[in-house]
Amino acid sequence: MDIVVAFFVIGVFARLVKSDLRVPEALYETLAIYLLLAIGLKGGIELSKQSAVLILPQIAAVAALSFLIPLALYPGLRALRLSVADSASMAAHYGSVSVVTFAVVTTALTRAGMSYEGHAAVWVAIMETPGLVTGVVLARVMGRAQAAGTPGLAIRWGALVREVVFGKSVLLLIGGLIIGAVAGVSGTDPIKPLFVDLFKGVLAIFLLELGLVAGGRLGEVRTFGLKALGIGVIVPLLLSVPGAAVGMLLGLSTGGVVILATLAASASYIAAPTVMRMAVPQANSALTITVALGITFPFNILIGIPLYIRLAEALTVWRVAP
Amino acid sequence: MSPVLHPRRVVVILAEASIERLLTEDVQRLGAHGYNITDVRGAGASGAREGAWDADRTIRMEVVCDADVADRICEHVLSTYAAHYGVTVYVADVHVMRPQKF
Repeated sequence: MDIVVAFFVIGVFARLVKSDLRVPEALYETLAIYLLLAIGLKGGIELSKQSAVLILPQIAAVAALSFLIPLALYPGLRALRLSVADSASMAAHYGSVSVVTFAVVTTALTRAGMSYEGHAAVWVAIMETPGLVTGVVLARVMGRAQAAGTPGLAIRWGALVREVVFGKSVLLLIGGLIIGAVAGVSGTDPIKPLFVDLFKGVLAIFLLELGLVAGGRLGEVRTFGLKALGIGVIVPLLLSVPGAAVGMLLGLSTGGVVILATLAASASYIAAPTVMRMAVPQANSALTITVALGITFPFNILIGIPLYIRLAEALTVWRVAP
Repeated sequence: MSPVLHPRRVVVILAEASIERLLTEDVQRLGAHGYNITDVRGAGASGAREGAWDADRTIRMEVVCDADVADRICEHVLSTYAAHYGVTVYVADVHVMRPQKF
């Protein structure tokens, strides 16, 4: 187990034994800003070493992946008798990505001695948004078809677009990418001690906090029952396959394939809950957050990532063979 | 000499933080001259909210205003948000010393 994941486990444990340990909201927010900026910067620095044109096919492919994931999930979730709003919201959470899961997979790859595309943060930034758009559209279109005539809540599109496009996670990731890409290796050298060298330590504290939050959700898992548990475990396993497939089609390194499989399998819990709360208020946010943060996130960092590494190795072994 | 007191209402809205921006726009549009917001945590009919992270934050908004505006705010907030968001609203009588401010 990676050292940072151990902190997550401690957080969950603290919660289960009802410890008074609590990470203040202000610190959580500070650490989230730091992680998003640091991930963006790191990707930007790598980006500055190469031609941005070369990654355009990757950008198009991962954007398409994020757009399509909710469409693929939605019918399945409906078949499980989730409401239109819940299905669309849940699908959107999986269409978007979890930045912290990304951070954990990169540390797992480094530990396993597997190299990966240094600009992978670009994929994260791109995949944050399209899935949310699909989710909102699904909820509107399918919701209208189902409940024509019932008065709904008027959506303030201006505020929603602002949240989707300029929400903090997208803004900080893209901002970090641009700063890193423009400043390059030498330009970012003065801030490197904070944003690069300390990264894993800060990630550890953040995971401790996420452990506390996820641990607090375990009670809700019981409320929602087997269906929530099944969705939270099976959906990431299913989604990792198209993620890995896109990575193979793009000709990524084995580590890159692992990252795309993980990103496809991950569910957002920073950007998605905020956006979905505004756009689809009738969706049960306790259910989606419990699945995304209480089940899928721990599943991915504890069990999923090692499996995705195996999957990518099995897929790419054919490629390197002469 | 005691100050001259003028009757006003204070509307207190407890709501999930996701609608903070919408609420601030609403109360100003409905005639409030100002508001204060604090972060809180607590529990109620729909369970505990600890405010430890984004989606779990709760705000407490206070608006001091005249009775008409208070009525409009209560009616609007309950009819617009109560169906889908965690919202609590209550009103109390207060006295202010500078009536033009509210």
